Amino acid sequence: MKKTVLFGALTVAGLAAGMASAATLDDVKARGSLNCGVTTGLVGFASPDANGVWDGFDVGVCRAVAAAIFGDPTAVEFVPTTGKTRFTALASGEIDMLARNTTWTFSRDIDLKFEFTGVNYYDGQGFLVPKDLGVSSAKDLDGATVCIQTGTTTELNLADFFRSNNISYDPVPIETNAEGQQQYLAGACDVYTTDASGLAATRASFENPNDHVLLPEIISKEPLGPLVRHGDNDWGDVVRWTLNALITAEELGVTSANVADLAAAPTDNPEVNRLLGTEGELGAMLGLEADWAKNAIAAGGNYGELFEKNIGENTPIGLARGLNAQWTEGGLIYSPPFR
Amino acid sequence: MSDTHNRSVAFVRTTEAPSLPPPSNAAGPFKWLKDNLFATPANSLLTIIAILVIYAVVTGTFPWMFNGVWNSSSLAGCREVLDGTTGACFAVLVERWNQLLFGFQYPTELYWRPGLAFVLLFVAAAPVLFFDLPRKLLIFTAVYPFLAFWLIWGGSITAPLLAMAGVAAGYFFYQRFVASSFALGFFGAIVVALLVWKIGGAILPGSEIAEGAMRSVPSRDLGGFLLNMMFGVTCVSLSLPLGIALALGRQSSMPLIKFICVIFIEFIRGVPLITLLFVANVMLGYFFPPGSGVDLFLRVVIMITMFSAAYIAEVIRGGLAALPKGQYEAADSLGLDYAQAMRLIILPQALKISIPGIVNVAVGLFKDTTLVSVISMFDLIGMIRGPILASTEWSGVYWELFGFAAVLFFVVCYGISQYSQWLERRLATDHR
Repeated sequence: MKKTVLFGALTVAGLAAGMASAATLDDVKARGSLNCGVTTGLVGFASPDANGVWDGFDVGVCRAVAAAIFGDPTAVEFVPTTGKTRFTALASGEIDMLARNTTWTFSRDIDLKFEFTGVNYYDGQGFLVPKDLGVSSAKDLDGATVCIQTGTTTELNLADFFRSNNISYDPVPIETNAEGQQQYLAGACDVYTTDASGLAATRASFENPNDHVLLPEIISKEPLGPLVRHGDNDWGDVVRWTLNALITAEELGVTSANVADLAAAPTDNPEVNRLLGTEGELGAMLGLEADWAKNAIAAGGNYGELFEKNIGENTPIGLARGLNAQWTEGGLIYSPPFR
Repeated sequence: MSDTHNRSVAFVRTTEAPSLPPPSNAAGPFKWLKDNLFATPANSLLTIIAILVIYAVVTGTFPWMFNGVWNSSSLAGCREVLDGTTGACFAVLVERWNQLLFGFQYPTELYWRPGLAFVLLFVAAAPVLFFDLPRKLLIFTAVYPFLAFWLIWGGSITAPLLAMAGVAAGYFFYQRFVASSFALGFFGAIVVALLVWKIGGAILPGSEIAEGAMRSVPSRDLGGFLLNMMFGVTCVSLSLPLGIALALGRQSSMPLIKFICVIFIEFIRGVPLITLLFVANVMLGYFFPPGSGVDLFLRVVIMITMFSAAYIAEVIRGGLAALPKGQYEAADSLGLDYAQAMRLIILPQALKISIPGIVNVAVGLFKDTTLVSVISMFDLIGMIRGPILASTEWSGVYWELFGFAAVLFFVVCYGISQYSQWLERRLATDHR
């Protein structure tokens, strides 16, 4: 009931705000900086360092969009949002886009009047267990105690998974991820379940990360991506195609190291030329400079570079590409062609 | 007869005999132990249990504290240094010290400004808190809010000067007309102050300064314990007068005023603070056009002030109700009007009775300022839960950070509590 009322209010307000500020790109250009909503802090995805400079995988998307518009990856005002304030901040126009590991769902897209402009991380609910439990599959978890955040979709996913596999479990309700870590380490539960990326980050903060394993089963779909308000398709296109440019750049082998050379003169590959603006008019069609994609890639690197630098296997979080590999390598990361 | 008797006694002691030391079980540490710790079997049992608990706590925490690592750049580094032994990782406090105190966006080279404002706070608060100090010091107290505003937010000095001019104009108007009518003096003063601000705001140029030592710092860049202190100090000092006004309004014989005050108090008291904060952050965002809205800091101050004013009003109402009816009648029989009676007779007594309750609200309010972390403001708790725990270096450090926050809050709250007890003793006029 409460949720319905809230969503209803958000919808009305979102509509009004969407109509009020139709030309977001012009507003952003006039302001001289992009207002980008991020988390208040999530390991690897967005957090300020000791000097107060934001860094992370989602932050990389914000910087790429800013670079595409202004040619300057620092022309971003980061607006930290919590899980509770993120949608109203976007709907009210306080931020221009939200890059805050937000799951693309039907109701958020349709009912809340938002536009998801793609997926930058395919997440899913996973299981973390101590190695000495001797479990290699989530289907062996019959009778296990499971730490689970209450009131989340993960709770429902868990119930569905265990019921469909005809096994039982004993839930230990927890409130926050911090509490979950403590309970799990204290042995209050055999298994800790939440989004796999969160589990990896949690495991990375343990004293002995190698004593714990992530089970191979992923029991839910959590496509995370940047989103904008309904009603301004031009602005949505800018964000969507900036993300696509980063993805295409990885596919075509364009990196932050070689992008300047490749953009200096037309190359043999016409798609690289179109992407980097040495051929065709793609930038002008978006209302941006011809070198928009070059700037976006130079800001933090292509999709693969962003991934490796912030959450990849060489970072403490150590996420494998998995579903987030390019489609040419068996993953789901796929960009429509630039032509 | 008496002579014989005199001689029959060989020795008469003329001084008192030195008293023998009491038996060892009736004095000294043994007696103390027996009386206080082992008086009855039940007491002995409780003593033993308590000793065991204290032992467990001490042996559990002392190695952790004294073996703590103060120099490291990440949690992994701490663990390397500790090499398996128990120990805290206080290095996080060292590395993120400034972020904990000032937030992560306040310009580093300008930390002296909020620092100076903090030190001056004690100078400004002293004459209000300790009324034995020379009254001349109150002049600084009156200037302090504008000075602190200028120090923390920066910008050109015209803005605080204008604000001060408005307040001064209102004050002189009040002084001039309060003798003839309190209402005229009070409401006229507000109108005069608003007029000065409006006219001055139209004439004077914008107060933004982009460069230099006094450059502007937007509210969004404030954070850390600084934010808690600012919310705490501002809201307590604003909600006290508002609370008094509400309490008096609730007792008023004028139905409209009484009605408004009752509705306000009951509504605000019946709503959780966190909902008010959400309204301040989220809902007000819809009503103002993007970018031109009232500053978020101000919105939150208004909400917290309203919230604690409603509580303080009820506390003071308790004080008013505790006064014997004779006090009101005495004021009337002296021919004092309402404002005089309240100012000179009723409120001084009612407020004295209400001190413990008001302090209780103030302490609660100060701790409630941590709730702003849920509307994505980076107060002390927001800094810990957000940026610091989310950094790859410090993810997983809980006890050290939250313990530090607890210590900071305890120091302030204990200070407030000690002050209130001193105040109660100082104001005690009865012969107890």
